[in-house]
Amino acid sequence: MSVMDQKTVRKVARLAQIEVQDSEIEAVGKKLEGILGFVEQLSEVNTDNVEPLASVNEIPLVLREDAVTDGGIADKVLKNAPESQEGFFVVSKIVE
Amino acid sequence: MAEIIRGNTGDWEMVIGLEVHAQAITESKLFSGAATTFGAAPNTQVSLVDAAMPGMLPVLNMKSVEQAVRTGLGLNSKINLYSVFERKNYFYPDLPQGYQISQYLHPIVGEGEIEIDLPNGEVKKIGITRLHLEQDAGKSIHDQHPTKSYVDLNRSGNTLMEIVSEPDLRDGIEVGAYLTKLRMILRYLGTCDGNMDEGSMRADVNISVRKVGDSKLGTRCEIKNVNSIKAAQAAIDYESRRQIEILEDGGSIDQETRLWDPAHNVTRSMRSKEDAHDYRYFPDPDLLPLVLEQGYVDDIKKTLPELPDEKKHRFMQNYGLGAYDASVLISSRSRADYFETVANDRDAKLAANWVINELLGILNKDGKTIEESPISSENLGKLVGLIEDNTISGRIAKDVFAEMYASGKDPEVIVEEQGLKQVTDTGAIEALVDKVIAENPDKVEQYKSGKDKLFGFFVGQVMKESQGKANPQMVNELLKNKLS
Repeated sequence: MSVMDQKTVRKVARLAQIEVQDSEIEAVGKKLEGILGFVEQLSEVNTDNVEPLASVNEIPLVLREDAVTDGGIADKVLKNAPESQEGFFVVSKIVE
Repeated sequence: MAEIIRGNTGDWEMVIGLEVHAQAITESKLFSGAATTFGAAPNTQVSLVDAAMPGMLPVLNMKSVEQAVRTGLGLNSKINLYSVFERKNYFYPDLPQGYQISQYLHPIVGEGEIEIDLPNGEVKKIGITRLHLEQDAGKSIHDQHPTKSYVDLNRSGNTLMEIVSEPDLRDGIEVGAYLTKLRMILRYLGTCDGNMDEGSMRADVNISVRKVGDSKLGTRCEIKNVNSIKAAQAAIDYESRRQIEILEDGGSIDQETRLWDPAHNVTRSMRSKEDAHDYRYFPDPDLLPLVLEQGYVDDIKKTLPELPDEKKHRFMQNYGLGAYDASVLISSRSRADYFETVANDRDAKLAANWVINELLGILNKDGKTIEESPISSENLGKLVGLIEDNTISGRIAKDVFAEMYASGKDPEVIVEEQGLKQVTDTGAIEALVDKVIAENPDKVEQYKSGKDKLFGFFVGQVMKESQGKANPQMVNELLKNKLS
């Protein structure tokens, strides 16, 4: 039984919000397995006692001062919205 | 004692933990320079970072970090010098990134504890599990259109401090006391305004039930949309009974997220998918770990104000106040400061009485806070001083107080203008006493023949003659002498 059975492929697709047709499930599953197999090679390396690497740049996190330097651009923010009204984004009803 | 619910099969207790989302007071957002003011026109406080436009990068606000550390110190918690921002993945229209930047395995604040004050005078310690920083989501409005929702991202990206408690709470009263104390601490620290009706402090309630004596935890439900202390208590009352009913009928509790519906006073299951909690956290590659210096934490610690519990203990010790009076006075910093000005070098118990019984009484009635008091703390202090040094009687002081409340005037001026100084001149009082005795020979007769209760009548008459200004103690003494 493969790691990427049909159920798992469907779940991954749903989590990623990607629509996958029934006819594509098998092919997508094979591709995902290929990716997993590729990444799996990394487990050959012994990483005992090695700290996870946060960044290849050994620099500290940069912080900024607390000041209002942005905003006031509702028109720009809404520019790509498929639908908007009176400054709001308008989306399909999401209430449960 | 925590509440015990008597069921058909035995006694049940509740086990409750809270996740409180407190919006940190900052000018700009956690990762962008957009403003955080409440109530602005929709989407006017949104930067391209908050709108999650491609290529935008988050830059951490140093004030948000400071507020989190400050709050952690105020909660007597461990500050973690190393913390990591992670992505919590979920799709919802009010979160355009498709993930919330939060902290998971390495929060900025670790374990701590606070004390809560229960109405019966008991003090209980409640464990704090952690505090972590995360982004707030936007706001959706569902009642404007039959098939559409309206989304405003102004709140999206605001700094939230999620404060998680241990499951140490046992009933609605304890939950109320915990939220009250937490809000008080946040306000003292100046890290969150604690305004539950504007949503700057929100609570999720985790609750399960078990038979009294069981050590194993039951399956819990998480209740969202609890927007006031009252709502939290009502939700707990409903949800605990719902769970007990299911268990007593032989059923089992589904671990799920439920929504508090304040219109109908019930919790309802949120129609959530099986993988709603599959958040797939991973360290945000856009942000390096946050590393703090111990010196930075120490410097913040030096700026902490006296916190509610310390203040309460000091008021009890230094001013000789009872626990109840002290807890009333410390409930806000401004109230405590007001009291301390009134009590300054004066009779502290008398000062506490005037602040709590007279001033807070009338302010409450008028729906005003102590900041809006027409009487300044200096003037109320003077009034207490006038009573203490016998310039005016307590009875007259109430009239002066009413006048001060109406006009905001200095009590010394009022007393001077209206000639309200207490009469302590023995000769003057004696004259009044003689007059009253002369005018009531029948009552004097009755008194002398054993009707002791009439003494009060004589006192009242003398006070009336003096228009309330005679020193009551002297009146008492003189009357006793004359009537014996």
